[in-house]
Amino acid sequence: MTATPDDCLARNEWICGEYLSTRRQILGDAVVQHLQLTAVSVLIALAVAVPLAVAARRWRWTAGPVLGVTTVLYTIPSLAMFSLLLPLYGLSASLVIAGLALYSLTLLVRNILAGLRAVPEETRQAARGMGYGPIRLLLAVELPLALPAAMAGLRIAVVSAVSLVTIGAIVGYGGLGNLIYSGMNTYFKAQVLTASALCVIIAVAADLLLLLVQRYVTPWTRAVSA
Amino acid sequence: MNTLGAAWDWLTDPGNWSGASGIGQRLLEHLYLTGVCLALSCLTALPVALILGHLGRGGALAVNISNIGRAVPTFAVLVLLLLSPIGGYGAWPTVIALVLFAVPPLLTNAYVGMRGVDRDVVRAARGMGMTGRQLLSGVEIPLALPLILTGVRIAAVQLVATATIAALAGGGGLGRIITAGFNLASTPQVVAGAVLVALFALIVEALFVLGQRLGPPWARGSG
Repeated sequence: MTATPDDCLARNEWICGEYLSTRRQILGDAVVQHLQLTAVSVLIALAVAVPLAVAARRWRWTAGPVLGVTTVLYTIPSLAMFSLLLPLYGLSASLVIAGLALYSLTLLVRNILAGLRAVPEETRQAARGMGYGPIRLLLAVELPLALPAAMAGLRIAVVSAVSLVTIGAIVGYGGLGNLIYSGMNTYFKAQVLTASALCVIIAVAADLLLLLVQRYVTPWTRAVSA
Repeated sequence: MNTLGAAWDWLTDPGNWSGASGIGQRLLEHLYLTGVCLALSCLTALPVALILGHLGRGGALAVNISNIGRAVPTFAVLVLLLLSPIGGYGAWPTVIALVLFAVPPLLTNAYVGMRGVDRDVVRAARGMGMTGRQLLSGVEIPLALPLILTGVRIAAVQLVATATIAALAGGGGLGRIITAGFNLASTPQVVAGAVLVALFALIVEALFVLGQRLGPPWARGSG
């Protein structure tokens, strides 16, 4: 038997460098899973949200039902959402991705629709006058002008998704949430604090990254505010 | 679907409604947690937001606090509080976490509502000789009320969701039915619990929306 080492792990301290160095592999895997779950779910939501928002803009009567259904989905608490999807997906990563995608969908549809609605009628008429057909009008005029609002929605969706991934721990696919969950059961303070801090860091980093992307793809918004 | 039938059977079994961990008890816990924490968060957040909005100070904080609240995982805060010295005091970690997540929407909406009051109206009120306090209670708060109430509604729905997650960290409420279902590997119970939680959240939201719509005109606003 070796003597119990007297390091911060043995003393169960909140902040522990020893934990970072000895559990690097586990932390790395959890971060990768966290990022994958977030990215896949938001991308799926984006792929569904754009056509939905465009449809709701084109055919007025669809706007009410689309907004209504997404609002109802958004009101359902995350733990219940994941649980409702259990019979469909079982204990799998797909369950977490589906649940997160439904939340992101709400935020994205609302923001993209708001962006499309904010395109001035004069702009639309000018494009038509220059001979733009409906498809070209959408792709070259309306969607680019809706980008700032869409990007704002995307940023909120990504930050929310990063935070909600942790609830996936209930089915074993929660990225850093898994570490928080197991750390809670074993009373492992360093693990809980480190995983929580990493969650916030990922959320802030993703937000800043998207902000940079937004500035790059919408250079005209800078000229206006300057 | 078979699971849905089994979930329905679970929900309609009177044995699951009674007792210390029955649906009735969990529903009461959930209502109690949500109600008490909503009152606590309104008492802490609204005075601060109203005064900041009246003075026009601290806007960056009041607006950004919602973004910060979104980035911090609820579950992480619950577990951190549970492992901290507060964790030994029964329901306190849950109550504190719930209030922490209900405060941002209250603060942001109330502040934005106060700042959104037409400046000309404020100037006119001042010109009529209203004091700061009269201006606050007689002009600004009534005009900002629709947004303040929207903040209360968002906070209430947020509280229902957070109280559900509290079950993951050993708290009470309807979420316990879901976590117990996972521990028993009983999909029907998990689904039944989820249906209850979802209904609860939707009813809370609907009550607030109806209350605002059917309420007196000053509570409705134009939006």
